[in-house]
Amino acid sequence: MNATASVPGQHGATAGGPQVGRALPRTEDVRFLTGRATFVDDLKRPGQLHAVVVRSPHAHARILGIDATRALALPGVVAVYTWGDIASIAQPIPIRLAPLEGFERYLQYPLAKDRVRHVGEPVALVVADDRYVAEDALDLVDVEYDTEPPVTDVHQAEADGTLVHPDAGSNIAARYTVSRGDPDGGFSRAPYRRRETFRCHRQAALPMETRGLLAEFDAMQRVLRIWGAAKVTFFNRRWLAKVFSMEESAVELLELDVGGSFGVRGELYPEDFLVPFAALSLGRPVKWIEDRREHLLATNHSREIECTLEIACEADGRFIGLRGRVLGDLGAYVRTNGGVVPAKAAQFMPGPYRMPDCEFEVLALMTNKTPVGTYRGPGRYEANFFRERLIDLAAADLGMDPAQIRRINLIGPDEMPFPSGQLCPYEPAIEFDTGDYPMAFERALAETGYGEMLKAGNVAADGRLLGVGLACFVESSGAGPSETGRIKARPDGGIDLFTACSASGQGHETVMAQIVADVLERPVEAFTLHHGSTTLVEFGYGTYHSRAVVVGGSALHRAGEKLLAQGRAWCAQHHGIEPSMIDYRAGRFLRRADPPAAGGEPAPLHPGTFAEIAALADAGDTSAAAAIEAVAVFEVKKRTYTYGTHVAQVAVDPETAEVELLRFLAIEDIGRAVNPLLVHGQAIGAAVQGIGATFLDELVYDDSGQLVTGTLADYLVATATGFPNIEVITLEAHPSKLNPLGVKGAGEGGIVATGAALGNAVAAALAGLGVKITDLPLSPERLARAMREARTRAGAN
Amino acid sequence: MEIKGERIIPAKRPVVWAALNDAGVLQRSIPGCETIDKVSDTELNATLTLKVGPVKARFKGNVKLVDLMPPEQYTIVGEGQGGVAGFGKMKATVTLLEVDGGTRLNYVADAQVGGKLAQVGSRLIEGTATKLAQEFFDAFEKNVVATGGADASDETPAPAAAAPAAEAPEAPMPPAAANQDPIGAVPKWVWAAGAVAALVIAMFITGMRG
Repeated sequence: MNATASVPGQHGATAGGPQVGRALPRTEDVRFLTGRATFVDDLKRPGQLHAVVVRSPHAHARILGIDATRALALPGVVAVYTWGDIASIAQPIPIRLAPLEGFERYLQYPLAKDRVRHVGEPVALVVADDRYVAEDALDLVDVEYDTEPPVTDVHQAEADGTLVHPDAGSNIAARYTVSRGDPDGGFSRAPYRRRETFRCHRQAALPMETRGLLAEFDAMQRVLRIWGAAKVTFFNRRWLAKVFSMEESAVELLELDVGGSFGVRGELYPEDFLVPFAALSLGRPVKWIEDRREHLLATNHSREIECTLEIACEADGRFIGLRGRVLGDLGAYVRTNGGVVPAKAAQFMPGPYRMPDCEFEVLALMTNKTPVGTYRGPGRYEANFFRERLIDLAAADLGMDPAQIRRINLIGPDEMPFPSGQLCPYEPAIEFDTGDYPMAFERALAETGYGEMLKAGNVAADGRLLGVGLACFVESSGAGPSETGRIKARPDGGIDLFTACSASGQGHETVMAQIVADVLERPVEAFTLHHGSTTLVEFGYGTYHSRAVVVGGSALHRAGEKLLAQGRAWCAQHHGIEPSMIDYRAGRFLRRADPPAAGGEPAPLHPGTFAEIAALADAGDTSAAAAIEAVAVFEVKKRTYTYGTHVAQVAVDPETAEVELLRFLAIEDIGRAVNPLLVHGQAIGAAVQGIGATFLDELVYDDSGQLVTGTLADYLVATATGFPNIEVITLEAHPSKLNPLGVKGAGEGGIVATGAALGNAVAAALAGLGVKITDLPLSPERLARAMREARTRAGAN
Repeated sequence: MEIKGERIIPAKRPVVWAALNDAGVLQRSIPGCETIDKVSDTELNATLTLKVGPVKARFKGNVKLVDLMPPEQYTIVGEGQGGVAGFGKMKATVTLLEVDGGTRLNYVADAQVGGKLAQVGSRLIEGTATKLAQEFFDAFEKNVVATGGADASDETPAPAAAAPAAEAPEAPMPPAAANQDPIGAVPKWVWAAGAVAALVIAMFITGMRG
């Protein structure tokens, strides 16, 4: 989406001073709030057709035959595509991240060939004149299935009795062990050990806007355009170009306004092939808009992990190590995100603590459920819950306060950068870059009045049970390998910024302008960020892992510095001055007084602004033309690590098991906040998403592999009134040294420890009843059952 | 999921059976029933058009009877296809007992639904099943009364096909009766219960299409 910066004047740079650090409202808000945003379904192309996907109603079945005769006979139906139509060119959906050995056996083709492996798997594509006809035609595509028993959980998968992919010979898609220190030695000498099995439930990221695509082949320019792209446009373009045997430059992925991603939107899904395939085949624009039920079935799921975890401690509570087994339910296919979810759970299992001796066995398992991909804090939400819950159980065993056991184990500032070892098989060893973990922790305790909350006791005046939960985390962001930024000045005084980082609501148009505004000393209104097209820069890796500002912002920062140097050099040349004698102030080059001691004011140069130089460029001055445009690539090898603490206080109704969140604080050090207002919004949003996920969200499958939560009446999510008591504090205590801005990612720290803190709070509230919390979600139904069982046990004793 | 229920039909078992032997009663008792086609002595197909709220849809069901122990117990295996709306499968064990005040029909069904039906209807199925069973039996009872069955004693002349059973209600169905029975050797009430199963499945599917 291209948009002109239009931040209201009172917020503008006329105020002077640095723009980075200012709480500017989003430039984007104007069009969102006035109904002028353009989402993919808002876009209409002349003669466009509408596609709907025929999806498997079965979790596991062989396809005996597909007969589209009746569908094709329906007036308005233009085409029905099945495997046979795409077989000659179709390639399996590629793995973009976390390509664990063995995964190549579990890839998915855009349409099912002879077997369906989850409810919702695409079997055919119906294209019709309008959506109504297309939907009606769904009923007329006759697919004959022979059902087979499904695999619906990780234990059934690991047993390999029924195979999701018979040809692969096993449901264990990957299995590996990672370690650091001396786990065998550490555990054998440990005076205290405790082992528990924890489970994290399957969740949906659930962006407000479902997925959608509109593809059109421009016969005149011979370009395939695909609107509705997001996240990793260049990667998807490369694959699509290859599959369609087109030049990469002949495929354009175009981003429109996006109603949220949280990791699931913009990956390469079957529809990303099918919709352009139909457009190319038919020579007409084809639109597909996912409906909500389809979204819950077909868009990546995430989080489902079972983990058996054991902790070893000294008698005084100092951690010796962690070891365990991570069983990741990857669903029916390995798709673009590979093994990220279980792999990251293992990598982040030790958390922000000194935990010398660790060993984790990771199994990525196939089941007859929707494929799993990344979702805001992939693996971290889960790992933090497992570890922080176990720490509280250990603290109780050792008679320690949960705060004290964390306090004595958190990595100290003098230990930075802290080597965390190679706990992920497809990545090198990592190190936590900067931070003062105990400081953030103590601040969280002070802000929430931790001691006071504990003094309130376990029973409130109204009889509800009170509990406080703590959880600490470390969170990675800013993955490489690189990002490209391009800047070009215009004669009208505006400056165009180009990035490959797609946006899905984060406010890139605002923050990127703030970053470059400081470099070029121009008001933020002067900048227009162009993003969302593969035509704007040479290449880019996209928006995920909270990397857009860290890597993309740094690339633009660098391009800004390069532009400044070019402008200075051009002025030196043009005016015949030594470059060292040229100053730059508020957007204009000046000639320094010579000698400076004389006290004369620097003299403005004419031409001496980028607008003036751009005007000369427009008039044909080639040296000016070269001066007004700069491209820079920012490469990173190491990642930035944010850290922080979540604190929760809950009241649990002993009769109904309803949990009220009395207090919730998320504190995170992100190094530097380019725009504190947007950071704040991200942190609040992440917290609400995680809190909702902990209490409400759950994708439920029955024994036959049917998803039984296919509507928003069944799949519950947090709404505006659900969790009002949320506080977030953003620290800028320890900027990263890995980029010129000092920034770290800001999008995920708010969510990653929510399950952990809430789990600990509810566990503390119910400890007196003998309820042990090891599984998420903390739904009233589950809690009520646990409470009932605990009371029965107590009665029996 | 398990669906179960029972209902006392205020008539003696032979009379109930007689009333159920009347295809008209059956058809009138199943809301939206369009056709009942006998495939064999133990299998039938039914087509139902049902309207739930704003949604009207057609549903095809197939019901098979297994483990027959006439007239006390049998198992119905039913399957319904609602096309893109999804599918349902049900296995129900039905028992029929003579009790004070009539005949008690008891059913315990294990139902499985798939596709759209499972995604959007799972949480409503139990409630809907109860409601549908109620509707069927209300209509059925009314039809029994209308044919004079409710107040009928054992002496009341029953339709021809009912006669042998009325004389020996506890005995297995004589093979001869099969020839006189328009649907076959299986008592009609069996089909009625099976149709209820199919109906229930159908209602879930069609009811959820919106």
